[in-house]
Amino acid sequence: MMNLNPETLQKIDEVIPHYPVKRSAVLPLLHFVQEEHGYISDEAIEWIASRLEIQPINVYELVTFYPMLRRKPIGRRHIRVCRTLSCALMGGYRTCAEFQRQFNTGLGGVSPDGEVTVEFVECLASCGTAPVVMIDDRLHENVDPAKARALSQEIKAAAPAAGSR
Amino acid sequence: MPAPEQHRLIFRHIDEPGYSNDLACYLRSGGYEVLRKSVRRRPEELVDEVKKSGLRGRGGAGFPCGVKWSLLDRKSGKPIYLIVNADESEPGTFKDRYIIHKDPHQLIEGIMITCFANRVERTYIYIRGEFPEGAKILERAIAEARAANFVGPDILGTGYGCEIYLHRGAGAYICGEETGLIESLEGKRPYPRIKPPYFPAVLGLYQCPTIVNNVETICHVRHIADMGGDAFSKIGTPNNTGTRVLCVSGHVRRPGYYEFDVGRLTMGQLLNEVCGGPLPGRKLKAVIPGGSSAKVLRFGERYKGRRKVGAEMVEYDWGVEDIPMDFDSLAMVGSMGGSGGVIVMDDSVSMVEALGNINAFYSHESCGQCTPCREGSLWMQRITARMAHGGARPEDGALLKSVADQIAGRTICAFGEACAWPTQSFVAKFGDEFAAFGRQKDRPRSDAEPELV
Repeated sequence: MMNLNPETLQKIDEVIPHYPVKRSAVLPLLHFVQEEHGYISDEAIEWIASRLEIQPINVYELVTFYPMLRRKPIGRRHIRVCRTLSCALMGGYRTCAEFQRQFNTGLGGVSPDGEVTVEFVECLASCGTAPVVMIDDRLHENVDPAKARALSQEIKAAAPAAGSR
Repeated sequence: MPAPEQHRLIFRHIDEPGYSNDLACYLRSGGYEVLRKSVRRRPEELVDEVKKSGLRGRGGAGFPCGVKWSLLDRKSGKPIYLIVNADESEPGTFKDRYIIHKDPHQLIEGIMITCFANRVERTYIYIRGEFPEGAKILERAIAEARAANFVGPDILGTGYGCEIYLHRGAGAYICGEETGLIESLEGKRPYPRIKPPYFPAVLGLYQCPTIVNNVETICHVRHIADMGGDAFSKIGTPNNTGTRVLCVSGHVRRPGYYEFDVGRLTMGQLLNEVCGGPLPGRKLKAVIPGGSSAKVLRFGERYKGRRKVGAEMVEYDWGVEDIPMDFDSLAMVGSMGGSGGVIVMDDSVSMVEALGNINAFYSHESCGQCTPCREGSLWMQRITARMAHGGARPEDGALLKSVADQIAGRTICAFGEACAWPTQSFVAKFGDEFAAFGRQKDRPRSDAEPELV
């Protein structure tokens, strides 16, 4: 049995009837599970498949397709830097490199302190305020390296003290 | 000639001080009055208004909205669905973001008028996964509208009912393609469907007749229902009616969103006057006029031919600055108005690297269903990345072209064209730069920190 909190289970129960065919709810369910667990485990794939009366492969094939779905946990905070043309023209690559330096981490991994995952993602649709960065669910605009350093400091300051985790 | 004034129809309230995205504010600004008026009319009248308006889709293809609606199979007896395409994923485009975040009720009112006109009883808004805040705002707005009987089982006491549900994507560009979107909504991998037979108007969501319209298009429907199709058709220019939100990004002093009557503004007015021109000390080099898949235009080149003005055919001889920003003019110069995303590059940009950036996007986003696109987009990405990182050869331009030429027209969906057009146009227009790239003394070293690719 999957370990999901009651709010997630309620959201799942509410969303399934939005569709005449249960299978349509697979993407919403994957979102809900990932929001709670941070990633999609084998167990989650099996559970979602049985909840929607489809085969596990029908869930797995989506997890491997959609860039936002993950098979592994990420850092406590998720930094997504836009890589696409308008942001790159305005210095997005330098912004991304700055975040990596600040947390001593490569792309897609978890920083040594467990604090962040830095990712390069494709167009975030805010090209007029490039370069843009999403930190968790929040969009930050005009993020040059100086602003990247300031945002990194905020993340570090908000981190739980080492040892208290 | 000075640029005309902005005409803000869709973005009227976007930057208005004190304007918020809740129902109370929308109602204070006259919100849902058009819906009230519309549900007292015959649905066919509303469809006719949209046909008369000449509205063309704002998502990318510019297909006439009224025609799309009239293709619906209304005899099948199956339910008709509306899907609002809020996947906004064409690089350079960011108009729907502001509508969703700042004026969601305008979209909902447009949806309900569209639904009433087409007897739709269920709508899905497919919103891209990268808009989590937008999704929350829309969820709240839908709930507010439902509580006020603008959405739900009995709209404004008419007995007509329609539900709106939000469906979040998960970061895949291909879900902006309407049949890929439908597959995604059905819970499958978003592999686009082949047409024929899978025209959404006949065999769409759950094999039922389906309308798929862009967010901005749906908002225009609200204004057409308000002012009438004839009045709307007088805004803009013939065959390019209404207003259009242009999203400008890249190397200009004032990037951002601007709304103008379609075709009343030239590229030069947009970039030099409205957006303040190039950055200090720089010159404009190239512009992509309609989202990153549109063919690039090179400053300094001339476009000549004959075009129809009123009833007459007249000669035109345009520089990039002279091109009117409408669907037909941009098509005449070999590019497209697409999604309205204008990406500007100045003389600091290496076209090889810029193409490398674009190719990285399309190779990442190819769904992998059709071989020419899956393999071709990948090879174009590899070649341009190799060039950008020190391994350029003089023959690479020709090699790139040969790959691109084998993709367009050989795939199930228009992604094949979308990924081939940048390479074809960059190489055609900046071939000298591609040829010289390998010989350049100052070409990027393989260990240099990447700037664009």
